[in-house]
Amino acid sequence: MADVTFTVDGKKLTAPAGTLLIEACRAHGIEIPAFCYYPGLSLQAACRMCVVRIEKVPKLQTACTTPVAEGMVVTTESPEIAQARKATIELLLGNHPLDCPVCDAGGECELQDMTFKYGAHESKFADIKNHRDEQQWSPVVFFDRPRCILCYRCVRVCGEGMDVWALGIQNRGSGSVIAPNQQDHLDCEECGMCIDICPVGALTSGAYRYKTRPWEMSHVGTVCTHCADGCKTTLGVRRASDGMEIVRGDNRDKSGINGDFLCIKGRYAFDFANRDDRLTKPLLRQPNGEFKPVPWDEAIEFAGKRLREIRDSRGGSSIGVIGSNRTTNEEAYLLQKFARTVLGTNNIDHHRTADYPAFAAALAGISDASLRDFASAKAVLLLGNDPTEQHPGLAWQLRTGVRLRGLHLYVANHQNIKLRRQAAAFLQIREGDYAPLIAYLAGNDSALDGNGEAKAFREAIRAEESLLIVFGAEFRGRDIEALVQFGSSLPSVKFACLGDYANSRGAADMGLYPDLLPGYIPITASAQFAQEYGPSLPSQPGLDLLQMFDAARRGELAALYIVGSNPVARYNLDPAALRNTFIIAQDLFLTETARLADVVFPAANLYEKSGTVTNTFGDLQLVRKAADRAGARTDFELIVRLAAAMGANVKQLVPFEHRGVRADMGQARGAQSGEADRHGVWLAAHHLEPKLSPFDPFAILDEMQRLIPAYNVPRLDLLVGNDQHSRSGPASGLVQIQTAAARRDLVLPSSDTLFTSGTLGRYSSTLSSVLESREPAETAAD
Amino acid sequence: MATLTTHPDCVPLVSYRFGKGATNIDKYLELDGYKSARKALELGPDAIIAEMKTSSLRGRGGAGFPTGMKWSFVPKQSARPKYVLVNGDESEPGTCKDRLIFEHDPHSVIEGVIIAALAIQAKMGFIYLRGEYRYLIEIMEKAVADAYAKGFLGKKILGSDIDLDVVVQTGAGAYEVGEESALMESLEGKRGVPRIRPPFPAVVGLYGGPTIINNAETIATVPHIFRIGAAEYAKLGTERNGGTRLFCLSGHLVRPGVYELPMGYNLKKMIYEVGGGIPNGKKLKAVVPGGSSTPVLLPEEIDIGMDFDQVGKAGSMLGSGGVVVLDETVCMVEFALRTMKFYQHESCGWCIPCREGTDWLKKSLTRLHEGGAVDKDIDNIRYLAENMLGRTFCPLGDAAAMPTIAFVKKFRKEFEDHLEGRGCPYHRAAQPEPALV
Amino acid sequence: MSTQPAQPGTIFSPTLAARFDRLVTLYPVKRSALVPMLLYAQDEIGYVSDAVIAEVAARIGITELDVRNVVSYYSLLRTKPAGKYHVQVCTNISCMLRGGNEILDHCKKKLGIPNKGVTPDGVFSLEEVECIGACSWGPAAQVNYAFHENLTPESMDQVLADYRAKAQNGGGK
Repeated sequence: MADVTFTVDGKKLTAPAGTLLIEACRAHGIEIPAFCYYPGLSLQAACRMCVVRIEKVPKLQTACTTPVAEGMVVTTESPEIAQARKATIELLLGNHPLDCPVCDAGGECELQDMTFKYGAHESKFADIKNHRDEQQWSPVVFFDRPRCILCYRCVRVCGEGMDVWALGIQNRGSGSVIAPNQQDHLDCEECGMCIDICPVGALTSGAYRYKTRPWEMSHVGTVCTHCADGCKTTLGVRRASDGMEIVRGDNRDKSGINGDFLCIKGRYAFDFANRDDRLTKPLLRQPNGEFKPVPWDEAIEFAGKRLREIRDSRGGSSIGVIGSNRTTNEEAYLLQKFARTVLGTNNIDHHRTADYPAFAAALAGISDASLRDFASAKAVLLLGNDPTEQHPGLAWQLRTGVRLRGLHLYVANHQNIKLRRQAAAFLQIREGDYAPLIAYLAGNDSALDGNGEAKAFREAIRAEESLLIVFGAEFRGRDIEALVQFGSSLPSVKFACLGDYANSRGAADMGLYPDLLPGYIPITASAQFAQEYGPSLPSQPGLDLLQMFDAARRGELAALYIVGSNPVARYNLDPAALRNTFIIAQDLFLTETARLADVVFPAANLYEKSGTVTNTFGDLQLVRKAADRAGARTDFELIVRLAAAMGANVKQLVPFEHRGVRADMGQARGAQSGEADRHGVWLAAHHLEPKLSPFDPFAILDEMQRLIPAYNVPRLDLLVGNDQHSRSGPASGLVQIQTAAARRDLVLPSSDTLFTSGTLGRYSSTLSSVLESREPAETAAD
Repeated sequence: MATLTTHPDCVPLVSYRFGKGATNIDKYLELDGYKSARKALELGPDAIIAEMKTSSLRGRGGAGFPTGMKWSFVPKQSARPKYVLVNGDESEPGTCKDRLIFEHDPHSVIEGVIIAALAIQAKMGFIYLRGEYRYLIEIMEKAVADAYAKGFLGKKILGSDIDLDVVVQTGAGAYEVGEESALMESLEGKRGVPRIRPPFPAVVGLYGGPTIINNAETIATVPHIFRIGAAEYAKLGTERNGGTRLFCLSGHLVRPGVYELPMGYNLKKMIYEVGGGIPNGKKLKAVVPGGSSTPVLLPEEIDIGMDFDQVGKAGSMLGSGGVVVLDETVCMVEFALRTMKFYQHESCGWCIPCREGTDWLKKSLTRLHEGGAVDKDIDNIRYLAENMLGRTFCPLGDAAAMPTIAFVKKFRKEFEDHLEGRGCPYHRAAQPEPALV
Repeated sequence: MSTQPAQPGTIFSPTLAARFDRLVTLYPVKRSALVPMLLYAQDEIGYVSDAVIAEVAARIGITELDVRNVVSYYSLLRTKPAGKYHVQVCTNISCMLRGGNEILDHCKKKLGIPNKGVTPDGVFSLEEVECIGACSWGPAAQVNYAFHENLTPESMDQVLADYRAKAQNGGGK
């Protein structure tokens, strides 16, 4: 819309006609206070805090409901306005309990801030305050009625934002109260958005309440370790006897690709990190079969020695390596380099949750879609998957797009997924009909039982000027190829492939495959890598995950190094197969797989390390170290130590002394970075090169960026925490990956829900308690 | 059954058919019924609105907005259907006039809806009655059914090509629903919380369509304007305050009742002659001139004409026509408290100043009445009320604040008499709460 | 009307169920029928029970939470049973000036129950209410929906006695 010019506090401003005054002012740095106004949610005009004086209008007007108009003259601060706001706060404080010293929100409460600003310091209210006892609505959500100021943000974010509609307003007048959908408890997605958006301490979380004071925490913005959306989560950490403990997760930093959103996992499922049954000492299996905690040196020496013996006696091809979906890119990269150059094997794989290689091959240079692209998309075609459960961040973007921008969402699914409610068109198909659907969309009328619905669906999609196509693990191999081919016939299209875990995409990009090097370079076309890695790089494809277990059963796999993975449980494999294999496992917990190991290394999780991860959309993000657990070490360090114990050249593995290597200036050290930062500043001031250690993951970033052009994103942007979409296409753009039938389909979708997260999720008390609380309700509903 | 009271000064216009059995449609037709609708049909939309403007009829709900003007705001072209909505959610304490119209002359409301619908080309009308008026709902539903049967409603009404449906809707107990946008919310099956305005109902109203919403008395007056002519009607009242009005006289009067009097009728005369004065030889203490939300007038302030402009000049409002008369035995603190108790009970709770303000004022006034207050509390009461005024989401906050400010201002001495443990001077000998069995 | 065949799966009488079937068709949106439906359901069942909420929600196609939000807003709707005869005494300004509080106190004494109480035999319940639109004929009370005006303690006694007699004769509302 055309711009209009208006005057605020004597300043001439311009904004597009129709902009709300409160937004127009904020855009120009004029802050108008408000409790009920929240960008992107429906207007309420209920709190009356944003009142301003508009010339020629008799009463004060609410800036949140007034669109700017040409020539409008506005005053946002004056004694009259200050008095109005002060009186509103006084009225609120009349019934608001002044338990700020113990309130969770104390110190970061909007009511406190407003009281401070407008000086409602005189206690005029002499009568008894209305009281109601605190209620627990779910394992996650607590409600303290007297603290509630009825801004209705929670009601709106739950309904409009989440499409859950679990909160309502009941009674009226001073008896008005926010109410949960099941009378005394909530049946909802437990996202905690209501808690985050609450300006006061009325809604508090089971995870955080009465645990600490806000100012006792340090806040570290990092990337969630659960699903593959890569949401930014801000972890509040504080010192504990055994390190730095995570006390809170929220999204106070709204700069992430998730904007306002976080789901239960990003917000509360950090709690696995604080569990008592976490591994904190290396374990060595004794002749009697029992585990014994041993010192680090002993465990690493032992493991390194055995691995070296096996490699030297039986050859690298007798050793297997299984990587993780949740370690950083640097760790995954290092792991494959270690496997290929130190162990001398291509027997490396991971739990595959999507067919990224086929996707990369099919794209052949076409850009895939960043999650950010969904925030501006005009039309989206969602094929398969259930983002509400598996990609809540994407689901939020889709819902928000439909609600606020008129995004056209087209959904085809074999199930009645919740996002159909936002869909411009929803096509229910049979489970096996995804491939025929693509053929049908591409113009083959006989591919799908033709009905009017499918025809209208196809026509609508083809009429779109631009389209994002996002698909789930229902698509693999040739089907992805066919889909990309169809999409390419449309005017403007981008694709996204949905995998399952925080760094599933990174694991794939980093070459945790027996036949593919980082960047999806076939092992048979490894020229550049051979140059970098040296002649020890084996040239034949290795065994995939299932083949490794088959080999073990045949007695042909002498050793297996498992990093942050639980294949025994995930693939339902027979533990007996590994009876004669020497196993090194590094993990947070003694999982079904770790239990079979000969040596177990306690590992740090994603919140306890730095590096980068790549979400399923190819967005590369910095992971910052937030927490610390005494006894656990990062996978990066463990791989380096293991290599060293094997007698490998560590400088060859991690080029930490190479000239020109840029250090991370302290970001890697996370919450405790105060010291490190000062050190970095001092070094820079004296023109000294910050020195890296071989355990510093950033030491390997240069090499990664050199070898994987897709990852050659601006380093500075990455390090300050901006997500960077990886560059398009496979490494060289020239190499053709063998796709489809030529590769074995080992994709095993996790089938996680909002309340599960693979093996790791089982160790989250929050997720477990939510699952338990829901059991009876779910049986009833079915 | 409630009945109209008469006095020689009364002008039976809206009440023309009261007590004459006009609930029966044949009787209604006999008494010139549905002739106005036919006349309006011939006139067409523009001429109807012109007539309404000539009549200088002003809204009888309380705000007194010129009705013809309101109708003229409805856009001629609209993508969404247009509606006519009758506000029969009569709930302002001191007001009991609409009840009589529904009870005695239901067809006048229906005929008013027809004329309004013709004026804006609406195809649907709703008559919203408060839930407490169950017996009226039955009367209205029967009247609507009879009107359908006679072809005044339904397809091709009055032999024209125009269709019009009318539905009788019930509320379920909420003063706030009398606010026009809250009433539309209620009619859409929601909590009766008002809407953000603008847009105003004339542009975006019920179901998002342009909507005329008028008080029942306003709508019932419409056929009578067409019956006697707009200019004739206007002449009955004062300048810019056309016609007559149903005044509800209540409280300390010899002859309380509902009287139809010309606009601008002298208030003092209304009390002493029409209402028969104060009973039992007591003296007049105060008058609430237009329902509980209007600022109280002192005996020396009542020699005024009862129209919107003159009462406004006297510092109060004509409101809904509910004249409540208080004699010298009334404790003004108790009266203020009872008024506030009502607004506290009826506040919808949406916005902070009204929700918290009414609750706080009720608590303070209760304590003050019981003797538990100090001097500062009186200032606080006034401070709170003044800070609610003009700051709330809808006029309910003003309705609670305005009378409170007037009570404190005009009867401060009486408030002070309650302070510091003294309690209510009028109730010192009052009996305690009855013991419960 | 009472010859309506019973509808399966409804808690309402055939007449009321049929009325509801029609009610939702009267409006441009079904939900407009919500408030009247709740009121009529209460008249038949005695209060807005969980079962009423569930069925009304299903009939309109909204959540029970939505229904509860609305129920709790309107003061005529109650979620607990009242007496067979619900005595509602107005004490608002006009009635107060003419003895509304005394009528209320008198009822409390006479019925032996406090405000919002129900007599042990379930015949009467008592509630102090806001203005019922009988200002010129105060003090006034409503028993269920019937108006009783220009009350005195004596005439109130008669009103109560009449209803009690009606209850004893098994009379309806």
